[in-house]
Amino acid sequence: MNLLTSAAVPLILTLTALIALSHQIDLHSALIKGAQDGLTILLRIVPNLICLMTAISMLRASGFLDWMAEICAPMLKPLGIPPETLPLLLIRPVSGSGALGVGAELISTYGPDSLIGRTVAVMLGSTETTFYTISVYFGAAGIKKTRYALPAALCADLTGFVAASLAVRIFFG
Amino acid sequence: MVMSWFWTLCVFVSLMYSMPNGTLSAVSTAATEGAGLGVELCISMAGTLCLWSGVMEALRQSGALDTLGRLLRPMLGKLYPQHQSDEQIMGAISANLSANLLGLGNAATPFGIQAACAMAKHTGGVASDALCMLVVCNTASIQLLPVTVASLRSAAGCESPMDILPAVWLSSLLSVTVGICAAKLFAALERAR
Repeated sequence: MNLLTSAAVPLILTLTALIALSHQIDLHSALIKGAQDGLTILLRIVPNLICLMTAISMLRASGFLDWMAEICAPMLKPLGIPPETLPLLLIRPVSGSGALGVGAELISTYGPDSLIGRTVAVMLGSTETTFYTISVYFGAAGIKKTRYALPAALCADLTGFVAASLAVRIFFG
Repeated sequence: MVMSWFWTLCVFVSLMYSMPNGTLSAVSTAATEGAGLGVELCISMAGTLCLWSGVMEALRQSGALDTLGRLLRPMLGKLYPQHQSDEQIMGAISANLSANLLGLGNAATPFGIQAACAMAKHTGGVASDALCMLVVCNTASIQLLPVTVASLRSAAGCESPMDILPAVWLSSLLSVTVGICAAKLFAALERAR
């Protein structure tokens, strides 16, 4: 397991390079173009992160987040979800950049290799901005009656949160 | 608009909660520090994020989307039996899924919308079962390499930011499976009624 995870990154990089060369792609300019796209994305999320980190840091410092986690613990504990992740659970389906900011704050507060930090990362990696996605798709297709799409999507989200907590406990617990 | 309310709520609650609890000065410090933290975070994320965006771009140019699409086609036919014989829709769906798997969100959305529009023709503004399935699949994250999250972790000083991969895969798989099953179940319940 350990070897696999430490080999993953160099392996992926090497494989990508070989695949690109075998397809006669200009690997270097593709990497540069991707990196440029990455910078564009970053530029878009920096202002968001500044706003959000300010708000969340204030909430954290006031002691409100700890108090909320304590209150919601009896509800979240039976599902195996760490109560400290509550702010992320609330914002994840609504806003992508919001979730990124909240997640970043949680990860830096509790540490990236803590159980909470890892759970937050897995939650971010295995769920999506549900409400936003639904409104984009149905809006573009001109749909008025969405039937069961939202409840089904929210089922998937809840499963994602529970499964993320479970998976982290299985692999790192 | 949601974010405006969220932000207002955050700062208001911080103020109100900190006053009786004596944490007002900590909140005041946190406000300025938090803003700086946002910038620091982005700078320390930049390297990893750009590197992986580059890798994904190289894969995309090598035709990874088409290859993945071909591999996924038989499975997708089962998931969307209504449109199985429609080349245009199935092509868009498999391109959408492949781009999602590679984490190319910007590439995935246009394909998805193309499929959604084709599915919504002649349904009079009502979402078909297939369209609900497409939307549910797109609200579940199925990214093979969670690049942004990995760069968040390395920004926080993590030495092996990708060590969460198996956990992310397991969690994504469970989440998307439950989403699909829920969609099928709700569709069956509606028909039974």
